[in-house]
Amino acid sequence: MNFFDWQFAWSILPQLLQASLNTLLITFGGFAIAIVLGLFLAIARRSRQVWISWPATGLIEFIRSTPLLIQVYFLFYVFPNYGISLTALQAGILGIALHYACYTAEVYRAGLDAVPRAQWEAVTALNLSPLSAYRNIILPQALRPILPALGNYLVAMLKDTPVLSAITVVEIMQQAKNIGSESFRYLEPITMVGLFFLLLSLGLAWCVRRLEDRMEEAPR
Amino acid sequence: MNAPHLSPNAAGIPAMSQPIVRFTDVTKRYGNLTVLNHLNLEVAAGEKVAIIGPSGSGKSTLLRALMTLEDIDEGVIEVDDQPLTHMPGRDGRLVRASAGHQRKVRGKIGMVFQSFNLFPHMNAMQNVIEAPVQVLGMNKREASERARELLDMVGLGAKLEHYPSQLSGGQQQRVAIARALAMRPKVMLFDEVTSALDPELCGEVLNVIRRLGSEHKLTMLMVTHQMGFAREFADRVCFFHQGCIHEQGTPAELFGNPQQERTQSFLSAVNEAH
Repeated sequence: MNFFDWQFAWSILPQLLQASLNTLLITFGGFAIAIVLGLFLAIARRSRQVWISWPATGLIEFIRSTPLLIQVYFLFYVFPNYGISLTALQAGILGIALHYACYTAEVYRAGLDAVPRAQWEAVTALNLSPLSAYRNIILPQALRPILPALGNYLVAMLKDTPVLSAITVVEIMQQAKNIGSESFRYLEPITMVGLFFLLLSLGLAWCVRRLEDRMEEAPR
Repeated sequence: MNAPHLSPNAAGIPAMSQPIVRFTDVTKRYGNLTVLNHLNLEVAAGEKVAIIGPSGSGKSTLLRALMTLEDIDEGVIEVDDQPLTHMPGRDGRLVRASAGHQRKVRGKIGMVFQSFNLFPHMNAMQNVIEAPVQVLGMNKREASERARELLDMVGLGAKLEHYPSQLSGGQQQRVAIARALAMRPKVMLFDEVTSALDPELCGEVLNVIRRLGSEHKLTMLMVTHQMGFAREFADRVCFFHQGCIHEQGTPAELFGNPQQERTQSFLSAVNEAH
């Protein structure tokens, strides 16, 4: 019976920590892009101009209806045929950001729809520009109810980063597999990676809850 | 929308100098329901017009169309001699106004809503300074001073830091009035501003409007169910029925000696209810 070898675990920890930096970079970099791009997609989808709303709707539906794996394969293996070459890490961050942007766009849409019509009317009556209206009036009200959903997507995104090992991104899971294939010991690296995801997911969920609490305390 | 034509003066409307608001043959439909039916109305600068009538007669739609919250199907609305719903096209004919054109002309109008529509995440001061800073380009300090004056004027000088949820309905409505005034409008629209308030809170809002009327040369259009206030405050009262002005006159004429049967029945029903 194969027992957990603490000494071996200790020896591979630096390699895993090194790879975890890529996992964190992909998660937070991808999420930063996703929440900004998702907002633009949500606003574009609400546009009265069909030449804006239809492409946005088409992109959102297309991305949401196809697997992340296919999307990152496309970015990494197909795009170079058309002169767009990305490193594995770039393709990974872009792919996961685009994928989650389309999900966050739908979250934003729900938040924007939940802002009472009266607020939009007040914005019109005060003659605020669309930019001022969204930035100062509508978004602060739309964000509060959607914060938990956005937090969930951050955690989901973290847990999806191992998919990128398929395009050779050396994130923590890929590193664990590499260690396993070299040492023929999978118990320690895979257990440690599992713990890493568990702790980070719990930590992120806690941070999101704190943020919700702070917003809850703010007057409304 | 049908191609509109401007008419210099609408039929059936008393002649007046310098109308600041003009509705010419305005029609608004929701599907098969006609809410404004070839409406003609002119309001002179500085005039205070009360709009009364039964529910569904098009009173609020009139104000909402003037604030561009509703698109009209036919006719033209002009504000301060500029078409609001239309703008001159290349061949000189009026075409539907762009959003930019509407914003420019709409800037002359302020509106206070039945349900206040304050921004809940901003305190009273922030609610009042937001538009002057963002739209008029005032600096924050200047806008704050003006907001302080306005909130003082509506009796809320001590509630600057209060959020809407910390204010009573009457107080919220007074903040909403200050917020609209901060944009220095030429025309103020009041859409049933006391309907959502407890009777004892109506007085404080109506007092503010009285003060506005006496101290400022604002043009005011007010949709109201407060007949006593309309009688005392307005220069002219318009009775709406089925999307157009059924009868209009001075408060003394309309309340004292209504000519139309529908007006008489409406006023007697209102009197019975009170």
